[in-house]
Amino acid sequence: MSDERVGAARLQDIEQDGVAAEVANIVESAVQAPPVPEFTEEEERKAYRDMLLIRRFEEKAGQLYGMGFIGGFCHLYIGQEAVVTGMQMAIKEGDQVITTYRDHGHMLACGMDPKGVMAELTGRRGGYSKGKGGSMHMFSVEANFYGGHGIVGASAPLGTGLAFANKYRSNDHVCLTYFGDGSANQGQVYESFNMAKLWDLPVIYVIENNKYAMGTSIERASSTTDLSQRGSSFGIPGEQVDGMDVRAVKAAGDKVVKRARDGDGPYILEMLTYRYRGHSMSDPAKYRTKEEVQKMRTESDPIEQVRARMLEKGYAQEDELKDIDKEVRAIVNEAAEFSQSDPEPDTSELFTDVLKA
Amino acid sequence: MATEVLMPALSPTMEEGKLAKWLVSEGDEVQSGDVIAEIETDKATMEVEAVDEGKIAKILVAEGTEGVKVNTPIAVIAEEGEDVSAAAAPAAAPEPAASDAPAAPQAPATPAQPEAPVSVAATDPEIPAGAQTTPVTVREALRDAMAEEMRRDEDIFVMGEEVAEYQGAYKVTQGLLDEFGDRRVIDTPITEHGFCGVGVGAAFAGLKPIVEFMTWNFAMQAIDHIINSAAKTLYMSGGQMGCPIVFRGPNGAAARVAAQHSQCFSAWYAHVPGLKVIAPYTASDAKGLLKSAIRDPNPVIFLENEILYGQSFDLPDVDDWVLPIGKARIAREGSDVTIVSFSRGMAYCLDAADVLAGEGINAEVIDLRTLRPLDMATIIESVKKTNRIVTVEEAWPTCSVGSEICAAVTREAFDYLDAPPTQVSGADVPMPYAANLEILALPSAGQVADAARAVCYAK
Repeated sequence: MSDERVGAARLQDIEQDGVAAEVANIVESAVQAPPVPEFTEEEERKAYRDMLLIRRFEEKAGQLYGMGFIGGFCHLYIGQEAVVTGMQMAIKEGDQVITTYRDHGHMLACGMDPKGVMAELTGRRGGYSKGKGGSMHMFSVEANFYGGHGIVGASAPLGTGLAFANKYRSNDHVCLTYFGDGSANQGQVYESFNMAKLWDLPVIYVIENNKYAMGTSIERASSTTDLSQRGSSFGIPGEQVDGMDVRAVKAAGDKVVKRARDGDGPYILEMLTYRYRGHSMSDPAKYRTKEEVQKMRTESDPIEQVRARMLEKGYAQEDELKDIDKEVRAIVNEAAEFSQSDPEPDTSELFTDVLKA
Repeated sequence: MATEVLMPALSPTMEEGKLAKWLVSEGDEVQSGDVIAEIETDKATMEVEAVDEGKIAKILVAEGTEGVKVNTPIAVIAEEGEDVSAAAAPAAAPEPAASDAPAAPQAPATPAQPEAPVSVAATDPEIPAGAQTTPVTVREALRDAMAEEMRRDEDIFVMGEEVAEYQGAYKVTQGLLDEFGDRRVIDTPITEHGFCGVGVGAAFAGLKPIVEFMTWNFAMQAIDHIINSAAKTLYMSGGQMGCPIVFRGPNGAAARVAAQHSQCFSAWYAHVPGLKVIAPYTASDAKGLLKSAIRDPNPVIFLENEILYGQSFDLPDVDDWVLPIGKARIAREGSDVTIVSFSRGMAYCLDAADVLAGEGINAEVIDLRTLRPLDMATIIESVKKTNRIVTVEEAWPTCSVGSEICAAVTREAFDYLDAPPTQVSGADVPMPYAANLEILALPSAGQVADAARAVCYAK
């Protein structure tokens, strides 16, 4: 672990000197320092398809929101696809996943049916929660996806509890506990860190740092901005990962998932990522420049990176990629159609599922 | 096939907006995700992205147009290779009738309200003839309930502050560590919000945690997970994900510990759908209901009372003493006035009933035992007999269990009432420290007797 700590230690020194620009460079070099392991053709293909499904699904969700089919809050995952796709490639059947409310990507990555997810967004009976949960509250016990939680920071102790159950049952499963840079300032996150390390629970805290907690940039909200080191006072190691490169995400995931499975306790992965869209559909995103968004899109897009590599390495030709695009688009269109044609829940559902019999 | 780009809604309340600017021209190729236009509302400027790829065949609404209705087609995108001129022949006036636009789901004008289910509680088990009783303290009854259930089911564990090595801050978990070990009896740090969430997460995974709060006052730190995570998840998941968990600990006023350590949370939790709430008085009810709570597949709030912990009550010598949740118990039969209470409030009522009996007033005293679901049937039946009701609790009077019962009795048994339903409650102040003020802030047997006399129009 010593290698990973070098960047952070230097960062601390420089922060004390107050040289902000250099801090940014160090973070970048620390992130880019370890060589990124290459993907096999099969892995590239899987990553491309899985990320594209999330992208197209979210674009469609945005469109359906604009047409009035989806109500309330709708937080899109566009731009962050590599995080959940790479981490999912690092876990095995039976490992748990839990996150906050920017959750559509996580559900698709867990293998949940896009029709059921989209129908939940439109509040229909075929949705995962029969239309009673909506965008922020969806679950699938079958897919080991434990929500979908609307309260910022709540996933941290809940995920720690899922990991507690793994240890209690002496199985070798791990829980991927996702939350954002906004959650990282919630007290319950640190209460969770403390217990997770105290009891050496098999939990990976995946902090999706997309740089803005709604409209407040991390610099304006966090006294220290290297979130990977937020576990240091509890003895939880952490590292920053290029969350736009699915290979880097999977490599980091492989390492720490094995560690947790082996009983070595919790770990923090800070995924440096970016959301292209506003916090929710009704956010005009005036707190950042168009140039900033455009730069991320053109230089770091997670899907374009895979696409370029596949073409360059001859893993696929344009035609083949187009076929994948078509297949994905067909899945998304089918989900969208189902989400509009499926009826709303029967009114008798108002009073069901309050208590278990 | 050509697809229409529609004027999007930026929020559920937006009806129209200004098409401020086109960022593409007819004939331009666009990819999915490309920004093609900007629209303005009174609140914000937003970008419109292409959802399909293809060529902009036709722009239907010129930039600068105000008041463009949501779901109006604003452009046509043709697929690669499609004949653009053929696609570009929509109506000249961009003013489609609402019926042309894809219909957004509409709520029915006056939806029929489905009937709320009415819970019907089971009755207490018969005590076999000849069964002996043994005096047991509430503290022992609670411990024995946990121990018996933990022997039955490996998925049950206890967590909380000082529950293991210290044997419980109030010694309720005494002996559990010795019998079940530190895997199943777990000392937590002082971190209520955190360990409550950990318990709920473990319950999501199918374990059956008993989470002890040293007192319910400290559970205010954790109430977000009790309500938002434990109580609501079954509903939010469409019935998929249960949360079999018991939250327990002493509730209400102890003695001389002042405002922050002396509050009754009965009404707080009884308010919440998705929870069951139990507040027993006797050791027998404490044991039988805690066993039921642990077996229940739902989150259960179990409100104990520190002052009752050391009091002894007769417990029937019956194997596996389990009582139904949601059923009140008639603690004393009477015909002149119904007095309803729960937890330590019962002590005032029973004392008052003795005094009243000496005056010729036969009070019927009902111990609610469960606060959610509330056994209104037993209360109403009693009121139909006595025509009078007094509710008694240590909690504050506003929006309380007592005020709820008074409202329900007024609604459901109005014609049977010979006097206004009356509440006896704690004073509407934070709990004072000074001994004389503390006495004044809590109800007393004297107050209960006075209220009963008043509704009986007796002196």
